[in-house]
Amino acid sequence: MVAQDAHDPHGNDPHGHAVHAHAAPTSFIRKYIFSLDHKVIGLQYYFLALTAVFVGMFLSLLMRIHMIWPTAVLPLVGEIKPETYLSLLTMHGTIMVFFVLTTAPQGGFGNYFLPIQIGAPDMAFPVLNMLSFWTTFVAFVVILAAFFVTGGAPLHGWTGYAPLSALPSAGPGEQLGADLWITSIAIFCVASLMGALNFITTTLDLRAKGMTMMRMPLTVWAWFITAILGLLAFGVLLSAGILLLLDRNLGTSFYVPLVVVNGQIMGHKGGSPLLWQHLFWFFGHPEVYIAILPGMGVASQLLSTFSRKPIFGYKAMVYAIMGIGFLGFMVWGHHMFMSGMSPYSAFAFSIMTMAIGVPSAIKTFNWLGTIRGGRVRFQTPMLYAIGFVSLFVSGGLSGPFLAQPVLDIPLHDTAFVVGHFHLIMGVAAIFGMFAGTYYWFPKMFGRMMNETWGRVHFFITLAGTYAIFMPMHYLGMAAQPRRYSQFTELAYLQHLIPLNRFITYAAIITISAQFIFVINLFWSMFKGPKASDNPWEATTLEWTTATPPPHDNFGGRTPVVNHGPYEYSVPGAPKDYVMQTDPAIVTSH
Amino acid sequence: MATLSSTVTIRNPKAQEPKTGYGSGGTRPPLPGGGGGDYGGNGSPDYGQRLRRTRLGLLVGLVSSSMLFVSFTSVYIIRRGLPTLDDRTGAYVHDWLQVNLPTGLLLVNTLLLVLSSITVELARRQITRQAALAPVQSIPGVSIGKERNFPWLGATVVLGLGFLTGQWMAWRELANRGFYLATSPSSSMIYVLTATHAIHLTGGLLVLLYAVSTELRHKPVEGRRIVVDVTAWYWHFMAFIWIYIFALVEFVR
Repeated sequence: MVAQDAHDPHGNDPHGHAVHAHAAPTSFIRKYIFSLDHKVIGLQYYFLALTAVFVGMFLSLLMRIHMIWPTAVLPLVGEIKPETYLSLLTMHGTIMVFFVLTTAPQGGFGNYFLPIQIGAPDMAFPVLNMLSFWTTFVAFVVILAAFFVTGGAPLHGWTGYAPLSALPSAGPGEQLGADLWITSIAIFCVASLMGALNFITTTLDLRAKGMTMMRMPLTVWAWFITAILGLLAFGVLLSAGILLLLDRNLGTSFYVPLVVVNGQIMGHKGGSPLLWQHLFWFFGHPEVYIAILPGMGVASQLLSTFSRKPIFGYKAMVYAIMGIGFLGFMVWGHHMFMSGMSPYSAFAFSIMTMAIGVPSAIKTFNWLGTIRGGRVRFQTPMLYAIGFVSLFVSGGLSGPFLAQPVLDIPLHDTAFVVGHFHLIMGVAAIFGMFAGTYYWFPKMFGRMMNETWGRVHFFITLAGTYAIFMPMHYLGMAAQPRRYSQFTELAYLQHLIPLNRFITYAAIITISAQFIFVINLFWSMFKGPKASDNPWEATTLEWTTATPPPHDNFGGRTPVVNHGPYEYSVPGAPKDYVMQTDPAIVTSH
Repeated sequence: MATLSSTVTIRNPKAQEPKTGYGSGGTRPPLPGGGGGDYGGNGSPDYGQRLRRTRLGLLVGLVSSSMLFVSFTSVYIIRRGLPTLDDRTGAYVHDWLQVNLPTGLLLVNTLLLVLSSITVELARRQITRQAALAPVQSIPGVSIGKERNFPWLGATVVLGLGFLTGQWMAWRELANRGFYLATSPSSSMIYVLTATHAIHLTGGLLVLLYAVSTELRHKPVEGRRIVVDVTAWYWHFMAFIWIYIFALVEFVR
């Protein structure tokens, strides 16, 4: 026996690949900063995104104020010149899309809850997971640095269209600021690829006994498919970014044709700006689903839990997520109807785009079917899940308009598009994050958030976001262009100024209301009432473990799964919910 | 006899003992399929699992790597077929410049890389055998004789370095023939493709050097096997990618 123990080859693991060969760390740095624990990393992602969302929100506030008071001198930025405005919108879009919509739902909640929900003690590659977060952090620092260099932040919008993005002489922000922007995006791509690798391997290989693919919670399905999308999409953006950096700094001509800037002929020749658009949107459209799919997963989970009913059509939901992910790679051309593409390809892209309506509708009707006839508990997480569905429908319905080349040509680059994607990709995804925060807060911090202030926050935010983004559809149809720093002087837009003013007021109120959330978040973290292990009476594995979960998630136990994820109100069961780990029950049908 | 049978029980991979600390099934073969739940509580996953997991991770990682080469390829092919505006005549012309490749040198490089792929495979098989025999050797009184081990890993490192040097010479030769990075989209693309491949291969080389160093420091063979195994698959993939790139720039000029 003694000889056996001494021989044990795992006592001396040389590579640290082993998931829990390491004991719980004790030093502050290993525990909270360079932690290998997926839960700490998840929180790090979450707070990074929380910081980023306030930066992004502040930038949008400056833009909205500038729109209705063009001469106002604003804090931190001073007088807003046209190029300042372009910098603001570029940084707002980039920070929001990459460091909020991609970071919080996937990196934050996914990291924290995917391993627990499948019954694993950690991610498959904890060291890679840590690297992935810190790489994201570096990317965030690099993009913020763009504000402070000579010339300021770039002007080219979050889409970075060449040749504007490819020529340092194209504008003040296009010098070092643009290089930092591209570098940051490239670093972010690498981080996302590492994260995606970890998510996919973990989901495929670390599921607990009995956790078959078709017993995974829909949140896990959403994170899994999102990771696959990220794996395929971010590599393309990375290569596009590398070529853009070469164009800017080493004189190649991938994206820049023969071009004259301020009377000077640039050294480039023969590049194609459309090449950038193809590569960017091949990433950019899946990116929309990278942002929204985790929100769909959370909504599915919450609607079922708080309606005390099984999710309506679990398999259909899984296949719908897959369908949306697959079609997401087929439709990038619908962002380029204005680029002079052949009408035949435009037609193909248009048909494919409208086909996404099918899985989306399956999801929406299944959500409604889930609530119907349920004993709905209208607690804050549920309110946000319902809000998610509402915004998803409102934002989604304008999609088929924009999917048609004939309608897209007049609506392209107007406020209509801004309203559309903010509702469906921006605010809906943010509602998914709010829903996740209110729902998982007790598990993450061991305390409950304040319910009353949660509801106040919800109703102001819901009304506020509709007040901001719904009128934008109208503004767009009235031909108010997007990305223009000033239009108060234009005669044909004069009658729209009151509506713009209304939107700005709504934005100020909505942004102020977010402080309710932040105060509630931090106050509840320390002062909220203690939470039980399963306050929502939910069924998935994270609610079977202690609150907050121990270092290895299940305190030495190995969960064994006997049930699907959403067994609520099962006839014959003692309670109205059956935990996934409950012993298998034999019911007489 | 009683002692012996208890020993056997502990080595039995099917033992349902709650595993605390470290797993005990050192030679357990990889189990098929995911979701087997073959997790030993809070114990470390055993070596068969770790091997399977690392291989899966590598496979997923290679998908993302492939996307880089796929997008570069599409840029290459699209740009090749794209007419551009001629500034003198104002007409659209096809200005794709055929790069005069140092094909002979590249063939030598290809040979080096294919040879290194063979040596790394031999290294992989050698360490697989060592890992399989390690538990037998630890049984007191059992000897399986002296193994003759050729340093295949070292040979791979040398061949890999040879390939990278050869690529460097190919770039110098391209420059001598007047094809610089910014000369034309065709030459830009050739530099980008080969450099991306070279960076990938350098990463593999560093891991191989790490594996050599763990061997010299007599680290346990199981952990080393995982490193060598996945690096070998990675190396094969990179050899394949190189042949693909070479064929692309050679035949689709």
